[in-house]
Amino acid sequence: MEVELRGITKRFGPVVANSDVNLTIRPGEVLGLLGENGAGKTTLMNVLSGLYTADEGEILIDGKPTRFDGAKDAIEAGIGMVHQHFMLVPVFTVAENVVLGVEPTKALDRLDIRAARKQVTDISTQYGLQVDPDAVIEQLPVGMQQRVEIIKVLFRSADVIVFDEPTAVLTPQEVTEFFGIVRSLRDAGKALVFITHKLNEVIEVADRIQVLRGGKIVGEADPKTATDADLAEAMVGRPVQFVVHKAPCRPRDVVLEVENLTVANDRDEVAVDRVSFVAREGETVGLAGVHGNGQTELVEALTGLRDPLSGTIRYRGQDITHASARDRHKLGIAHIPEDRQRSGMIGTFTVAENAVLDTYYDDRFSSGLNMLWQQVHRAAAQMVRDFDVRTPSVFTLAGHLSGGNQQKLVVAREFSRDTKMTIASQPTRGVDVGSIEYIHKRIMDARDEWDAVIVASTELTEIMALSDRILVMFSGRVVAEFDSEEAEIHDIGLAMGGAPAKAAKVEA
Amino acid sequence: MSTPHEEPRPRTSMDDLLKRAVVTRFDIEDIILVPIFAVIIALILGALTMIATGVDLPTIGKSFAALLTGSVGSLNAVSESLTAAAPLTLAALGIALGFRAGLFNIGAEGQLLMGGMAAVVVGFSFAGLPAIVHIPLALAAGMLVGALWASIAGWLRAATGAHEVISTIMLNLIAFRLVDYLLRNPPVQRPGRSDPISRSVLDSAELPQLLSALDPNLRIHAGVFLMLIAVAITFWLLFRSTIGFEFRAAGANPDAARYGGMRSGAIIVTVMAVAGALAGLAGANQVLGVLGRASPGFSAGIGFDAIAVALLGRGHPVGVLFAGLLFGALEAGGRQMQVNAGVSIDLITIIQALIVVFIAAPMLVRTLFPWAFAKRDGEERKMTEEAS
Repeated sequence: MEVELRGITKRFGPVVANSDVNLTIRPGEVLGLLGENGAGKTTLMNVLSGLYTADEGEILIDGKPTRFDGAKDAIEAGIGMVHQHFMLVPVFTVAENVVLGVEPTKALDRLDIRAARKQVTDISTQYGLQVDPDAVIEQLPVGMQQRVEIIKVLFRSADVIVFDEPTAVLTPQEVTEFFGIVRSLRDAGKALVFITHKLNEVIEVADRIQVLRGGKIVGEADPKTATDADLAEAMVGRPVQFVVHKAPCRPRDVVLEVENLTVANDRDEVAVDRVSFVAREGETVGLAGVHGNGQTELVEALTGLRDPLSGTIRYRGQDITHASARDRHKLGIAHIPEDRQRSGMIGTFTVAENAVLDTYYDDRFSSGLNMLWQQVHRAAAQMVRDFDVRTPSVFTLAGHLSGGNQQKLVVAREFSRDTKMTIASQPTRGVDVGSIEYIHKRIMDARDEWDAVIVASTELTEIMALSDRILVMFSGRVVAEFDSEEAEIHDIGLAMGGAPAKAAKVEA
Repeated sequence: MSTPHEEPRPRTSMDDLLKRAVVTRFDIEDIILVPIFAVIIALILGALTMIATGVDLPTIGKSFAALLTGSVGSLNAVSESLTAAAPLTLAALGIALGFRAGLFNIGAEGQLLMGGMAAVVVGFSFAGLPAIVHIPLALAAGMLVGALWASIAGWLRAATGAHEVISTIMLNLIAFRLVDYLLRNPPVQRPGRSDPISRSVLDSAELPQLLSALDPNLRIHAGVFLMLIAVAITFWLLFRSTIGFEFRAAGANPDAARYGGMRSGAIIVTVMAVAGALAGLAGANQVLGVLGRASPGFSAGIGFDAIAVALLGRGHPVGVLFAGLLFGALEAGGRQMQVNAGVSIDLITIIQALIVVFIAAPMLVRTLFPWAFAKRDGEERKMTEEAS
């Protein structure tokens, strides 16, 4: 089945999300759709999957103009979407999830679970997906859950499958396996669309690349000949510096000493299990690991947002194991939180208010109970300029900024004061290439100005680019430690997956 | 190839960054037009209700005329409206603070009762104090007791997670009975009376009437100034103080507030205490300015009506002031309506409720009166775009 998007324009009020987009999706081919956040990729795919109706243009299926009045029409036409965030019922089995909404039934409308299991098994063997139909979703690793999503789409007889940022949650090994699945689907004659902002992946797996910027197709590339630099330039609209300039690491005194730290998560399970490590002035320690292996809780314990069960945290010789977030902040610990929407900023507050979210009590911004708004506004404007946050004014609501600019605002706030230690968690998640470059440079600067820097990230490339030492976390433990000069991506990936590290240096 | 994204953008100048956004037509519509239309629809539906209950058209006309004259038609009407508006606004300011901090305080009624009771006790004690000491003392007692009463709910929430909706409702019930008990027993009960009624507030503790020189029947008293001062202080607290910054942060995003080093437990207790102080002040205002004594249920539902006022005022102190004035006017007008046209005062409650419903659903008002509003495409669209 061949799908053609012709002259698609989609507006939201005065904002043009897609402008005259022409795109052909062919069977037996992987189309890589590359673009920054906000370039209009998701809008375009929502038009294709029937969630939005285009203002102009048409969708042709095998040459015939078609109209979708909702997601159901698109599914019936054979277009399926695998979303970035899985839509699975955690307590249901694989088979139950796959058939949900289109269940095979026996007499009296009873669920025919046997038929469902058989169909799931058939599909998974046909495409080499290997999933146990009786496994309960919440017990499956993320990579497996993604396969369930794929089976779901195939079960609804999709011929066109759209993957929205499919690798964001996977380990490097899972990514490799996922690419294998994509290739086998392609060889089976499916038409595939792979939406991403990761250049190396699109080069590896796509047969054809289209670059979207500002809602328009700005270029087409052949993955066999395209380079990272070309694609990035097409995506951002200017040349991009990829490699963060890393001065040689010259660590000095120990700033942070973590000893046998054990931390529970919200469900009272041990999330961080007897972790010990040190961080020194002028060095970046990378915390690698697949999401959900204790990095979040570890960072929260380090920043005073979660009280550890046992163990100690010493900062410049002082025991801060149970110190409050405010106290740690005053001691010069900067924190770029994992999820800026949830905790790093307040969407309904202005840029200026967010710029002082954790410093408002400071003498610079308040006197007694009185906020000194004049000073706050001026300082915020200065931050906005220094860190190139794109905002019309400091009175704009932070929620109206793009993701990259929100993150730059958080980074600006944390780096606009004198710090001795910087803890950055997922510092560039959901941030466009141009902003990533900038944020990385700022983190690097902090290290070169003798901060102890801790970077937690699920993006291995980010860990590699920034760290001097890499700690890999798996189910709450630090399972391996690498020197970033000598580390191999492959070994780190294995450790992230929990494989016993053959590694050079395993920490006791 | 040219798109807005790639045009070289000069950095915004410092001056531009510090320029406040112009108020858009949309904002103005939202703040002024929507409430006006909400009142109109509510009045129309009120008329339909009267028709449905068999009231004839001339009577309906007469009752609406009475509503107008009874609220703003004469000096006495304005005096009555303002007298009714003061306690509503005071209590609603506290509730609005709670909204801003993410707390739904249903307990204004109980806080008002407890605060009023404390003000009465101070008001009938301390004979011989000069008014300049006695009045502030009685008001302070009302605020303090209201604050303490509300803090119980705040503390329960902070320490145990008990939801403030439940605990404030329960505290209301306790307050009702406690007041009843006090009124039936010495030293609060008026000597020589067997029914539940308190001693009378001494002259030195009464809030002075403002226009009694003109006409002793004009009930307007110094509570109006309390109301205005409270609006100003609440505004300062919410938007100009560090405490208000914490309140608003905790209300808008508790996780971000925690990240910013704010202590949610302390914030919750403080918010509740301030809200209770305002409700207690409303109670003191009633007993010292209008009633002169306490009797069972002297709160007369003001603490509940204040929730509607706070909602109607969109949680903004100035909005609350206008909403309080509107509700005060409706109440004064409603009494006139009952006298002149014999229409039940319950109708006013219906109209008040309808106004709140329509204000709470601005999109409904916009849909009902499409011709009155500019086409909407600013904020909301932008948010949709970002979400996609």
